[in-house]
Amino acid sequence: MQVTSDVREPLVTGGKTLKDVTNDICRQVEGRPSRSWIIAFVLALITLAYGTYCLMMTWFVGLGLWGLNKTVGWAWDITNFVWWVGIGHAGTLISAILLLFRQKWRTSINRAAEAMTIFAVLCAASFILMHMGRPWLAYWTLPLGNTYGSLWVNFNSPLVWDVFAISTYLTVSVVFWYIGLIPDLATIRDRATNKVSRLVYGTLAFGWNGAAKDWSRFESVSLILAGLSTPLVLSVHTIVSMDFATSIIPGWHTTIFPPYFVAGAIFSGFAMVLSLMLITRYVFHLEDYITYAHIESMNKIITLTGSIVGIAYITEFFIAWYSGVEYEGYAFINRASGPYWWAYWAMMTCNVVSPQLFWIRSVRRSLLATFVISVIVNIGMWFERFVIIVTSLHRDYVPSSWAMFAPTRYDIGDYIFSFGLFFTLFLLFAKFLPVINMAEVKAIIKSASEPDPHAGSKASKLGGKEVEVTDSNH
Amino acid sequence: MSNKVYWRGYEELTNDVEFVKNADKEFNLPAEYDPSNPSSSLENLSNNRRDFLKMLGFGAAAVSLAACETPVRKAIPFLNKPEEYDPTIANYYASTYFNEGEYCSVLVKTREGRPIKIEGNTLSSINKGATSAKVQASVLSLYDKERYTGPQASGKPSTWDVLDKAVSEGLSNAKAAGQKVYLVSETIVSPTTQKAIAEFATASGATHVQYDPASVDGILSANLESFGVRAVPAYDFSKAKVVVSFEADFLGTWISSTAFSRQFAQTRKLINGKKEMSRLFAFESIMTLTGANADYRKAIRKSDEGLYVLALYNALTGGGAVAGVKDAKLIEQAAKDLLDARGRSIVVSGSNDKNIQLLVNAINNFLGNYASTIDLGRPLLTKQGDDAKFASFINDLSGGSVGAVIFYGANPVYNHPDADAISKGLKSVPLSVSFADRPDETAVLSKFVAPDHHYLEAWGDASPKKGVYSLTQPTISPIFSTRQAQESLMKWVGRDISYYEYLKANWKSTLYSTQNWYNNFQDFWNYSLHDGVFEPSGNNPRKPADETLVASVGAAIVDAVAGNKTFNFAGDIPSATSAVTAEYGKGGDGFDLVIYESVAMGTGSQANNPWLLEMPDPITRACWENYLTLPKALAEKLGLKVKEGKTGLVTLTLGNQTIEIPALVQPGQHAQVVGLALGWGREVTGKAATKIGKNAFALLAKKDNRLQYFRTGAKIDGKSESYDIAHVQTHHTVMGRPVIQEAKFNEYLKKPNAGRYYPVVQTAEGEVPASTLSLWKAGSVNDRPNHSWGMVIDLNSCFGCGACVIACSSENNVPVVGKQEVLNRREMHWIRIDRYYSSDAKHGDFSAMEDPSDEPEVVFQPMMCQHCNNAPCETVCPVLATTHSTEGLNQMTYNRCIGTRYCANNCPYKVRRFNWFSYPKNNDYDYNVNNDLGRMVLNPDVTVRARGVMEKCSMCIQRIQEGKLNAKKEARRPVDGEIKTACAQVCPSEAITFGDMGDAQSSISKVIAEQKDERLYYMLEEINTKPGVGYLTKIRNKA
Repeated sequence: MQVTSDVREPLVTGGKTLKDVTNDICRQVEGRPSRSWIIAFVLALITLAYGTYCLMMTWFVGLGLWGLNKTVGWAWDITNFVWWVGIGHAGTLISAILLLFRQKWRTSINRAAEAMTIFAVLCAASFILMHMGRPWLAYWTLPLGNTYGSLWVNFNSPLVWDVFAISTYLTVSVVFWYIGLIPDLATIRDRATNKVSRLVYGTLAFGWNGAAKDWSRFESVSLILAGLSTPLVLSVHTIVSMDFATSIIPGWHTTIFPPYFVAGAIFSGFAMVLSLMLITRYVFHLEDYITYAHIESMNKIITLTGSIVGIAYITEFFIAWYSGVEYEGYAFINRASGPYWWAYWAMMTCNVVSPQLFWIRSVRRSLLATFVISVIVNIGMWFERFVIIVTSLHRDYVPSSWAMFAPTRYDIGDYIFSFGLFFTLFLLFAKFLPVINMAEVKAIIKSASEPDPHAGSKASKLGGKEVEVTDSNH
Repeated sequence: MSNKVYWRGYEELTNDVEFVKNADKEFNLPAEYDPSNPSSSLENLSNNRRDFLKMLGFGAAAVSLAACETPVRKAIPFLNKPEEYDPTIANYYASTYFNEGEYCSVLVKTREGRPIKIEGNTLSSINKGATSAKVQASVLSLYDKERYTGPQASGKPSTWDVLDKAVSEGLSNAKAAGQKVYLVSETIVSPTTQKAIAEFATASGATHVQYDPASVDGILSANLESFGVRAVPAYDFSKAKVVVSFEADFLGTWISSTAFSRQFAQTRKLINGKKEMSRLFAFESIMTLTGANADYRKAIRKSDEGLYVLALYNALTGGGAVAGVKDAKLIEQAAKDLLDARGRSIVVSGSNDKNIQLLVNAINNFLGNYASTIDLGRPLLTKQGDDAKFASFINDLSGGSVGAVIFYGANPVYNHPDADAISKGLKSVPLSVSFADRPDETAVLSKFVAPDHHYLEAWGDASPKKGVYSLTQPTISPIFSTRQAQESLMKWVGRDISYYEYLKANWKSTLYSTQNWYNNFQDFWNYSLHDGVFEPSGNNPRKPADETLVASVGAAIVDAVAGNKTFNFAGDIPSATSAVTAEYGKGGDGFDLVIYESVAMGTGSQANNPWLLEMPDPITRACWENYLTLPKALAEKLGLKVKEGKTGLVTLTLGNQTIEIPALVQPGQHAQVVGLALGWGREVTGKAATKIGKNAFALLAKKDNRLQYFRTGAKIDGKSESYDIAHVQTHHTVMGRPVIQEAKFNEYLKKPNAGRYYPVVQTAEGEVPASTLSLWKAGSVNDRPNHSWGMVIDLNSCFGCGACVIACSSENNVPVVGKQEVLNRREMHWIRIDRYYSSDAKHGDFSAMEDPSDEPEVVFQPMMCQHCNNAPCETVCPVLATTHSTEGLNQMTYNRCIGTRYCANNCPYKVRRFNWFSYPKNNDYDYNVNNDLGRMVLNPDVTVRARGVMEKCSMCIQRIQEGKLNAKKEARRPVDGEIKTACAQVCPSEAITFGDMGDAQSSISKVIAEQKDERLYYMLEEINTKPGVGYLTKIRNKA
């Protein structure tokens, strides 16, 4: 049961009927792949192939192919890991927290955002495997029973917490995403014109029949999963931040890290959702579902989280001075003025300055500006992690060991691998699954049948209108 | 049951002859297939299905066998195990290392019949258990797969018979033709070899010429002129209160630096209640270990050296000021201190100019040092090279009057400035023979190579100092078809000897009679061989305490060992003074090129040794090549930006010689001086060292035939090309951090904890020491029920020589990674010696603090795993691959490591090393562990680490375990000093004290008890890691 308010902008424009929604969104799934999709997919595959080559080289030859050294033991690997995990935060935030806060506008974007989350977490997980010296023993980080007596994992180690945090997050995200997909899969199944589609989507739809009981269970499970996911949004990046915060390296050993990392994660996640959705919107002609209102709302969150991150940066500096710890003080002076000053100022410009442009209404409603800034924000967030990891490590306590890090083609190639993986998965998703949650969007449009005469403007009718969705099959 | 018989055909029933014949053939075909007979076709093949299967089986087997190269590994058990030999138990044999004028009595550790490690022999009065990096690395030179595998004739493998015949004939031809025969060697310190050479010379008419690539002919000649003794006196730095060194790097490379370091360290230790400390003045042009450890150091121009020596002489004797010495303040101070310490001081100079050495002798004579700190009665015999004789050899060679030349341990085509003349002359010599055991520049030009044994395969003896003898014994049977050089020499003059018997006989006839505490020769021989040393006048453990026995020793030895002979100085000071004033101070506008021995390479005879190639120079911290050290001002003038090891190429022009070489900016170097190390730029040697760096020997000058290790008038031009020098440390200052804590001696006397930094933390209860706050329960003695291993390192007696680095590599199978990986900052050394320069900048101005001072103070800090009790690495490992032992050690379980590198990141001391690649058996890292021979040096007690795992100092856990087991077998506790880590064992200056902190009587416990409120500090106390390795503050004896 949905209630829309007349004083709010409609969340879906174009006077879409329920049937329009189904047609618009199923078009991609049912039709032949578009030219632009094929081009994009081939590009993604080429990227993935090159990345896989680089990855295989690092695995067969050794991590020495990267630019790491005795002083800087982590650089692009963990930067990329944290970056991807951060990106993976938007999906759950949109689907869980915004669901609990009853932010209806999330319905148009939550599906793609969740898919993005899963793919981003997979990319992040690939870096966990990649950065190990002996990745074939990665399962040793799991508390598995073994025949070695009391040999066990080290529950003191934040890396073990990471393993739990990331695997939990991935599991819950996949389940949440998949459950949300079931009604839509059933829609596609019901519309399928060939046996293969019917069989595949039918199998995936788990025998959904649209009965009231189904919907009731669906709603309950969604709420429960939303409740489960909500703490995860906060916990995952909190734990990731503890990889650094619990260490003793100046610049890492900071209590501010958990909130700072979570804000940064949402910041980068939203930026990534925006970048992707703006392209999807354009390519799949979904302008009526992903409206300016969506973009504006997302931009506001980006401005908020960007400002939190900015305050965190400044707080770090203040505490480094205020604590009176020599090493801490130097670590931050070195960040801003040491050999990696350019990374620091790139981070400051991208993350602190650029989102402030969204205070201007025209900027935050401009597609081009939004797209550019969303990409800039993700570049900035990558630099943030690079700055934290590399500039803290490269000059820590003992000056004799101070060193520089420079990436090699394999550092870059393995990063490219993650892009290849991400876009390959995302394009497959965009082609074969509905990129917008049809069932939920239908719940927020005003009417099942009557076209909205005031499409694109404020609704004239006073009061709410109840829309009962009883059938997903239009 | 039926007895019915079925038959297959009528033929069977009738037992047809043809049928019976073919009955056992499966297909019953008439003819055999004969491959050689083309008429027998396959169709006529008999048993062809089976043959097909056989062929198929054979083919499959052959293909798969050919595809996989099955390694053949032979393990041959002993049928009759030698009595003294137990698998897995190491045997130690006393022996003697002598190379490049460096002598060390050593113990060779052998496992399963192969030498794997060199330890110092504590019974020697010379090196007293100390060894240097080069000695440590010598065991690896044994397993160099590029050694000659047998005799060579005209560059091709030959046989000993062919070679012996040809050489004998050549020698007699030369003699018959009246041509000169030369035997060229570096200093021979072995009395028995000298005897053999003398016999050879008599028989063949040969002239024996000794030269030293690092020549001290100036000292030898000056002593001949001053005192009538052509020898290097024995210095005893342990008795000196004031030492003044002019360009003599006696802690690094000069003459007998390992022994000098041990002596000098005695005067630098401020433990066990000692409150006295020597003072060292260094006047030097480039930065050396001696200058780095000096209390007062002044950078002087090399071409002014004579003037400074003269200025000191004048200051002492009341002479006037010397023109050209601009700032004589430090000279005056040195003179004052020397006068206060008459008879307890030493003045040395590294110059090879006789006049300077005469002045130095005069100074020491004036100060009365000859009676006490300098012993001419029992001089050192490790340097006897005669530059004048060598020059006449070159003359004869160029003149074409040489009929035969034999090079014994000599490589003048590489290590002499007249290499061109020698190689040209060699072409016309009818017979040239080299004893080189591996290819070198001279051997490849010689007609014959008669490879000598490596010293670990050979018999030998040495007398490094008058009255001190030691033996060399083989610890492995010769790996290749090599032959003892002495045997070859004898053979060529028609005498078949066993050098072992010859050696024994010589000891019997010359040395046995000089003692009277062994009753028969066999005992004398056995014990001398067992101890490695025989010192009639020294602290021989077997020598009876009863001095009357010693007093009755024969007259000959009394004379030989007499140190009380008085020497009257007879040098001509006025002429030396006028020569010095005339020749020095004439550097002009050009730069002085100073050519020095580097600590790792020496004069380059062990160049093809990966351990030494990768050993960072103690001062520059660079490895894998030599470079031109520039003063900062020159680098700035050339526009050379040096950052993080990145530098540029410069051209060095000296007369008509021009070389292109990478430049390295060296703080503390005189502004008109550039420096270049010897020992590099080998043209012919093994793969690792060939054409690495530039050969500085070619640039040496000569004065009165004496090699001069500097040139004036060098011109340096910048090149636009950039270049990378592999450094293990690119940041040279300590940035004002308390990782180094130091004080001046007078402050220390007033307050023994001067210079200590006590970190405090503000709490609600007020200020408390940082180390009192902990998340963990405070540890107690009960946590360590058995042992508590720890280490204390005295920064005041660590001179930075780097012997520990090589000892550790040898003990712990540390891989060599090559120049590119060092450039990538991935060297694997478990122990490093951090070297810091002081900075003039104000604290807080961080970018200025990165620049070392122009005349910096230097400090060395050995750094290895600190075995923290609150170890940051242990908490972060996800799989518990690094854990704490109940004996206080931080242990790595390589098998469990998955390689996240979090431990290394979280290590504040940055001592963990990651295996970025598989270093053994990897053609990209073609060093010793990539071939079977080179792998023989591996210590079987230490795991060779795989790719992807972390490693670090284990405090030689295998040695601890061995010591504990030995004690257990004897039902006792390990005795203090019984277990020593490799670094503590090797340390020439005994700066490292290792032991059980749980044993109140151990020396480490005593040091800690004495110093805990005084000089003892732990690195980074403020982060509360509670290390098991402590440091004693550096004290500088200066105002």
